[in-house]
Amino acid sequence: MEAIKNLLFRMADDELIYGHRMSEWTGMGPIMEEDIAYSSMAQDKIGHALANYSILEKEFQTAIPDKLAFFRKENELMNSQLVELSNHEYDFSLVRHFLFDHADFIRYEMLSTSSFVPLAQLSKKIKGELKYHVLHADTWLTRLGNATEESHARMQSALNELWNYALGIFEPSDYEAQLIAEKIFDGEKVLQRKWMEKISPIIEKANLKIPSSSTPVYGGRKGYHTDQLQPLLTEMAEVISSEAEGTEW
Amino acid sequence: MSKIPLNTPVLDPRIKRVDLESTYGTTAIGENEHWISWEVFHQKKRGDQHVHVGIVHAPDAQLALLFAKEQFGRRLACVNLWVTKSSDIFSFSYDDEDIFDNATAPEKQYREASGFRVMEKINRYKKSKQKA
Repeated sequence: MEAIKNLLFRMADDELIYGHRMSEWTGMGPIMEEDIAYSSMAQDKIGHALANYSILEKEFQTAIPDKLAFFRKENELMNSQLVELSNHEYDFSLVRHFLFDHADFIRYEMLSTSSFVPLAQLSKKIKGELKYHVLHADTWLTRLGNATEESHARMQSALNELWNYALGIFEPSDYEAQLIAEKIFDGEKVLQRKWMEKISPIIEKANLKIPSSSTPVYGGRKGYHTDQLQPLLTEMAEVISSEAEGTEW
Repeated sequence: MSKIPLNTPVLDPRIKRVDLESTYGTTAIGENEHWISWEVFHQKKRGDQHVHVGIVHAPDAQLALLFAKEQFGRRLACVNLWVTKSSDIFSFSYDDEDIFDNATAPEKQYREASGFRVMEKINRYKKSKQKA
């Protein structure tokens, strides 16, 4: 039970924080369609977070989704550090989008046969959305990797900067063996292997190179975060914190 | 009304205008800076016709499809989209609009599908089925 809860929190917190980061492009995108694309993907991500928090509430009697999303402390959040980093420029956001969404897509694909039925059902429901997120990321990565000298250099340096954080997505939990044994989830190690297999040829097609040496940035899954998370949490809960408890919108 | 002299740097004290020409000179539009337009066709369900819904601007077909998805594939039921370069569309000239004049002429109503009285037959058939 703790094992599933842990998995659900990791996924939901990733999606919530990443969704918020994506939403920060609303009104700021480089072209209108990209503005819309990020805004609508942000809605999808936050929807996925809500779905996972709702499973937590329903199956494990935790607090309601709003409480889980807006009132937990920074060190209670189990998102990977990758998703909390500020957006920086568009190249940085696109490369993160590519690295995170492939992992997210494969994770849900693996969960589609999970023995934990609510996750298997959710996986089927959101498959199409995730497929589009990955298509969007791949399209831009291969375009900009192959466009001009500047765009190529920007994409490569974003990839270099983000690579270790991306490996942090797969920080093992204390429940890996149990999740695998109970056929709930095949574990972060398998996910990472599938992810590498999937993204390597696309990165190559984009004329980019995976950094040769790497040290995964772990800690996020255990509640250790960068200084970029707290400002996000403060902003995200600004409205709800200013209201009396139980205010209905 | 007093005439505002040309090259007035600031017309409205709240707005600072950049004098683009003197700052940057005339700008040439480079390749891919000015994206071409694509016509978008939307299909509601499999087997239906693709219906023209508007245009997007994009440097190539794949991005045109992405942008079309954002603009035309999010709010309506949709199973498929087509895009095609606007420059690949051929059309009549509006000067020749008169060649279509007769299409709706009253004496040619026989051309309209409504001239065929099929519904009566169908209803009669349905009724006979109900009785049986």
